[in-house]
Amino acid sequence: MPQNLNYLRETASQTAGPYVHIGLAPGAAGFELFEKELGQDIAGPNAMGERITITGRVLDGTGSPVRDVLLETWQANASGIYAHNEDPRHSEVEQGFSGWGRVISDFDSGEFVINTIKPGATPGRNGATQAPHINLWIVARGINVGLNTRIYFEEDRDAHASDPIINLIEQLHRRDTLLAKKTGENTYQFDVVLQGENETVFFDV
Amino acid sequence: MTKKNTYKGEFYQRDRYMHPPAYAEIYKTSVPRSPKQTLISIENSLSEITGPKFGHNDLGNLDNDLIKNYAQTGDAIGERIIVHGRVLDENGRPVPNTLVEIWQANAGGRYRHKKDMYLAPIDPNFGGCGRTMTDEDGYYFFRTVKPGAYPWRNWVNSWRPAHIHVSVFGTAFAQRLITQLYFEGDPLIKKCAIVNTIPDQNAIDGLIAPLDMNAGVPLDCLAYKFDIVLRGRRSTLFENRLEGN
Repeated sequence: MPQNLNYLRETASQTAGPYVHIGLAPGAAGFELFEKELGQDIAGPNAMGERITITGRVLDGTGSPVRDVLLETWQANASGIYAHNEDPRHSEVEQGFSGWGRVISDFDSGEFVINTIKPGATPGRNGATQAPHINLWIVARGINVGLNTRIYFEEDRDAHASDPIINLIEQLHRRDTLLAKKTGENTYQFDVVLQGENETVFFDV
Repeated sequence: MTKKNTYKGEFYQRDRYMHPPAYAEIYKTSVPRSPKQTLISIENSLSEITGPKFGHNDLGNLDNDLIKNYAQTGDAIGERIIVHGRVLDENGRPVPNTLVEIWQANAGGRYRHKKDMYLAPIDPNFGGCGRTMTDEDGYYFFRTVKPGAYPWRNWVNSWRPAHIHVSVFGTAFAQRLITQLYFEGDPLIKKCAIVNTIPDQNAIDGLIAPLDMNAGVPLDCLAYKFDIVLRGRRSTLFENRLEGN
């Protein structure tokens, strides 16, 4: 027998269930407990760049909105810098900019709203540049492992042509599932389709 | 021994054999909510190896004490327990200063949630959520009451084993994880469709917290130990450059 490698194994994922709000957004569950709910302010008061609002729904395989979904967002600031010590430029991030947000869908309409700033382009691997994007993580009842995807912006099509992640998507028409559609001066629409026709591209990160 | 700060490479790929598949027919709600297309595997960039950070200023003093943090007229009702353990990565290293959040039903199996209509009563002194940060050794603890089992609509007589939902961040968005803690000896674990979405028995066993008599408080409460393992990362980079130049 060879030596044992002795790695631990990642803990298995389980669904967040229908009552995810109790833990992660208790105000929405109908009660106040924590002094401060987390993830309510992505950009903070000092962030540079364009203030934007992204509205959308998560749709299931029957076309029905998922009304008990929770989404987390993670993004760079307008200069393409992440507020994290492994980004070499992190000391340049504006005071109060976290880059992380947590939103839930409306219990009736299924609509979610993300208020943030438009991120800048970020470094990719091997000197490549990644077009502006927001990383998205989606959990809900019926989702066994949180789903990762990205929100890109439709006006950046030129940058998308050289984006290393978008270029991994073989079926060209599926690339459009990652694009937030401009609906107004600072507003976008981004729906996530969990299954079926126009299914959103999800990533194993 | 390799120094800690050399673990700056990519994360080991997620071992999908240890996780439930998106589509698991026995768990009916997963059927319309599971992607049919395969996930596209991407190598880590800054977008994946970074992630949110939290500080003690984000939390309140009683946030990790579910017996007291919603108390109105007295303590929450139920079997008093401590849940404690460490957050580690796959290299066996502690994950310090990371946020752990939990939520659960009360001792009767009822959630404080406007969508929960189960006939077991709400406990006026129990909210059902808590959060804490791991210390320098990756250690965390909560005090709570043991949640009750409850029925749910999957088959007509489906019951969830007693469980606590657990959410963990790690240092990177690629490590983000939500899971559920089950309790040693619960006969409902084997019958649960959600547990059984996990194809690997060792992975299921990893979600079952053993009774830990040494960590309980005599004449006060029992304890269960629950270690959480997040993805580990490579120590060497050689030809893999995560970002420019």
